[in-house]
Amino acid sequence: MKRSLSLLMLVALLTALLAACGGAPATNPTITPAKPSTEAPTVAATTGVTGTTTVSETGTVTETGTVTGTTTVTATGELTATGELTATGELTATGELTATGELTATGELTATGTVSETGELTATGELTATEALTTTAAEPISDYIKALAAKITPEIATALGTVKIASQTPLSGDQAALGTGIRNGAELAVGEVAAALKLAGVKVELAPFDDQAKPEVGSANAKNIVSTPEVLCVVGHLNSGVALASLPDYKNANLPMVSPANTNPNITEGGYNVAFRVVGRDDVQGTVGEQFARDKLAVKSVYIIHDTTSYGQGVAEFFRQAAEKDGIKVLGFEGTEEKSDFSAILTPIQAANPDLIYFGGLYPQAGPLFRQARDRGITAKFLGPDGLDSPDLAKLAGDAVEGMNYTSVAAPVSQFPKAAEFATDYETAYKGPATPFAAQSYDSANLCASAILTAAVEAKGKPTRAQVLAALKSLPNLSGITGDYKFNTKGDPETATYFVLQANTKDWNANTLVERLAIPAPTSK
Amino acid sequence: MAADVTPPTSAHAGRRSVWELLRTIFGPVGQLLLFIVGSAAVLGLIVVLLALVQSSARPDLLTRVLAILPQVIIDGLVRGFLFSTIALGYTMVYGVLEFINFAHGEIFMVGGVVGAAVGLFLNNTGLLAGMHWLVFVVVVVGAGMLVSGTLAVTVERIAYRPLRGAPRLVPLISAIGVSLVLQDLTRLIMTSTPLGFNARYNTPDFGKPLTLFSMPIGDRAVPVILSPKALIFIVASTLMLIGLNYLVNATRLGKAIRATAQDMPTASLMGINVNQIVALTFLIGGAMGGAAGALFGLNVGAVNPYMGFIPGLKAFTAAVLGGIGNITGAMVGGIVLGFLEAFVASYLSLFTSGAFSGAAYADIAAFSILILILIFRPSGLLGETTTQKV
Repeated sequence: MKRSLSLLMLVALLTALLAACGGAPATNPTITPAKPSTEAPTVAATTGVTGTTTVSETGTVTETGTVTGTTTVTATGELTATGELTATGELTATGELTATGELTATGELTATGTVSETGELTATGELTATEALTTTAAEPISDYIKALAAKITPEIATALGTVKIASQTPLSGDQAALGTGIRNGAELAVGEVAAALKLAGVKVELAPFDDQAKPEVGSANAKNIVSTPEVLCVVGHLNSGVALASLPDYKNANLPMVSPANTNPNITEGGYNVAFRVVGRDDVQGTVGEQFARDKLAVKSVYIIHDTTSYGQGVAEFFRQAAEKDGIKVLGFEGTEEKSDFSAILTPIQAANPDLIYFGGLYPQAGPLFRQARDRGITAKFLGPDGLDSPDLAKLAGDAVEGMNYTSVAAPVSQFPKAAEFATDYETAYKGPATPFAAQSYDSANLCASAILTAAVEAKGKPTRAQVLAALKSLPNLSGITGDYKFNTKGDPETATYFVLQANTKDWNANTLVERLAIPAPTSK
Repeated sequence: MAADVTPPTSAHAGRRSVWELLRTIFGPVGQLLLFIVGSAAVLGLIVVLLALVQSSARPDLLTRVLAILPQVIIDGLVRGFLFSTIALGYTMVYGVLEFINFAHGEIFMVGGVVGAAVGLFLNNTGLLAGMHWLVFVVVVVGAGMLVSGTLAVTVERIAYRPLRGAPRLVPLISAIGVSLVLQDLTRLIMTSTPLGFNARYNTPDFGKPLTLFSMPIGDRAVPVILSPKALIFIVASTLMLIGLNYLVNATRLGKAIRATAQDMPTASLMGINVNQIVALTFLIGGAMGGAAGALFGLNVGAVNPYMGFIPGLKAFTAAVLGGIGNITGAMVGGIVLGFLEAFVASYLSLFTSGAFSGAAYADIAAFSILILILIFRPSGLLGETTTQKV
């Protein structure tokens, strides 16, 4: 009882924060024409139903999009929404009330029938359901771990002894700031897990390793980690290149790796079978960018340029595929290794006059390109993937990139409402704000711990690494501080969050979050 | 010295000096202009013909080709002058020492980095905003020439002079080593100063690009633009060519350089300080490279420690294409290569309906044409017509 109450409060907090941040994105922005409220007993709409005052139906409301009423949503029959269902006033259904997305009512929530909900369920007022109230929202990962801790019998605890979770990130060198943040995030999570398991008599420790952002060091560390029998799971790495060098060793030992930061598609597509991640993938960013360009920038034509690397060209190819599918005119698709003089590329662009220039690549190339484009009087908007996410872009391109958008797989900790507590904990413990990927690392370590405990409970003793791997694959949908995570067969999260940010050339850290999109993992490469 | 002992020759030269001087200085410029117009016309004609051949299948192709043609020619010209100014350094050193100074691309890069450093310094001291553009250009080019010229002479003294007389491959390897050392030394300096690895090239306001005229395409017009920075680049390169021609062909110092190039031991016997002349050659070549670097950085807006490699390689190709050892040849080779690249990069995608990315295949196409030219003219475009080296 206590647990569900705290869950409700947490969710309420999230919703309030979401609303403050500009609201959850609507899946379908279309507004349907006003509908007769008395004649039709049944309303079925495939788009969104939005009413600024009241949405009231005497019959059944079935809705595959979003239902929003700022005051009251009432249906005397059934009320079903596969998207979000929100009412700031009362929300009443005399029949069944079903929402597969979020269900929120800041006023009363009443249903005389069943309330079933696969997403989140929030009501700040009264919540009345005369029949069953089912909700299958993702369980918070800390609750999941606590529930497992209760199942650890003394026999299991003795068999387990000391459990270690290793972390592999750069702790020295020029990427040490990010790497240390990941180590710290994992350390916080392991500390909390250890506290939860103290009563049961199980010791949980973090074994941090420094991969120096070098593939050869990562691989050498991996051999070391694999030969330590207490280590049952790895949190890491920061760099995809280092992870790819270490994965063969993990694979040979069936040791699962949960990555808080690696976005290269090959991490999960490389057939290692032990790699998991809580972030999105590079290749999906092209699709995310295209969706943003179409919906928000309203572009009709695009000129795509890439840097011929697997990252840049990969992202650009996905952008092109999505653009061609959705009817954005692709005026050109050019790859170039040129670093400084882009005149030969810009001349055809000037003639083609696109609405948007999409650049798949990194900032050292993008800076001069964007700058020279503006110098030539090209007015097209710019867009690109997270390879552009560097203050150096602003330095190189100056005001040419002011206000431009780029997509990313990672957002600052402040963008995750549920991570507020983590952010304060982190500041207290490490005397500084949480770095990017630290919160993701906290979730990664918790997922590792969940899998180890699940496997221990099932094995009724110390699980093998293969059992932990299997448990990680079959974990239920768990709610971490940076999102809900359930892994698909490859190891990608079933739904990953992607971000669209807007550049601020004066202060890159003040870049604003424009949009957040939940995109399912690609089914095939 | 040799000229002093033969007064009649001097007197003879003095009488026809005005005509001779003008011819030796501006003759190569005229030759260069001929090649610019010639290559632009030939390549323009080829793309128009290609468009006409395909016109039955794609009627709008010809308008699209013509709409960007003037701009492509301007792009090619700017690119060509870049290769030309760098190629001068290669060709001068080759003329005198018969050795390819592979570190020359890095000398060019250092010029750009020095220019960026000057720009950053002026920006930080607040002098940049109110500065006249011409003053700025003179300052950065001067600084670039000074540092790069000195660096080239130092490199010659340290890495090449001790190896003179060694088998020809030895200084070549030394040059490759110098190239790597200079790259990483510059990287070290840049990353430990406020410049950073990718340095922005701060400049005063050069104003809006000049719109020369507009080409109609469908219902709108594509402007043909020439940025003030590109114009400065072209003017400065032309001035450098004229100055270099004057120096080499019309002064006593130039005569000494030519004598050293023809036969080093004999020149030495005639009282020419060969070491000094070789150092001078490196100074001039390095200063030209430095000026090119400073102007190129100005034109593109950013520099990094590895930006000299590819332009250096292409300038070397341009020098070979023009006939290595020949100053006018280096300029001509650079222009032809620049045009080839610009045309292929801008038109390949258009002619193949997007199947081939022009920018990605520009090098392949341009270099294939180069191979063809060199098969039929192994000594380069101007290699046969001029016997004189340097």
